[in-house]
Amino acid sequence: MIEVRLQSAPFDAGEELARLDRLGGGGVASFTGIVRGDDGLTELLLEHHPEMTLRMMRALAEEAVARWTLLGVTLIHRHGALHPGDPIVFVATAARHRGAALDACASLIDRLKTQAPFWKRETFADGRSSWVEARAADDDAAARWLRDRD
Amino acid sequence: MDILYFAWVREQIGTDREQLDPPPEVQDVAGLIGWLATRSPGHATALADPARLRAAIDQKFATLDESVTGAREIALFPPVTGG
Repeated sequence: MIEVRLQSAPFDAGEELARLDRLGGGGVASFTGIVRGDDGLTELLLEHHPEMTLRMMRALAEEAVARWTLLGVTLIHRHGALHPGDPIVFVATAARHRGAALDACASLIDRLKTQAPFWKRETFADGRSSWVEARAADDDAAARWLRDRD
Repeated sequence: MDILYFAWVREQIGTDREQLDPPPEVQDVAGLIGWLATRSPGHATALADPARLRAAIDQKFATLDESVTGAREIALFPPVTGG
């Protein structure tokens, strides 16, 4: 089961997990990303490429299913205006054993950060607004999964 | 060919999409960036430092030395920051 969605609406992580629980595997792992309100952040605006983003998300999901023999994977990324406390991204994986579910989940969120075309613009309470700079640490985290591949 | 811009590249250029036919001497992404930079002061600012830019050719990530010949869509943008 591969479920990949790009949406402005919120998602229900519990409902998404329940669907993976029913696939008959031995483990389900998940990661939910939440908008942090650091430094007085009031809004996070997510821009994306209308077609390429969903395609890249689907490609990452399919690659993870093949590499870790997953029974199911769910990837949800939100776009548009988000606020502190809002869930922004959801990754969940179902596998026969915990190792595959956990590794696939960690790999997917690391690679989503560096390989899906999203851009974040932060707006703060004092009116400042700027585009988020990519972090070298995110590139390193994503590269680790490529390096570790057979 | 369709040229798409995202994030601050889009803001500085002032549009999210242009349909242009680059001259034949434009062969790779770097050449295209150099040619686009001459179109307006906004283009010049946004595209001044190619090292800050990333590109996709027909919706696949591409390096600056990749050929743009025959491409339908080129997207130019800053490094991505999703997740």
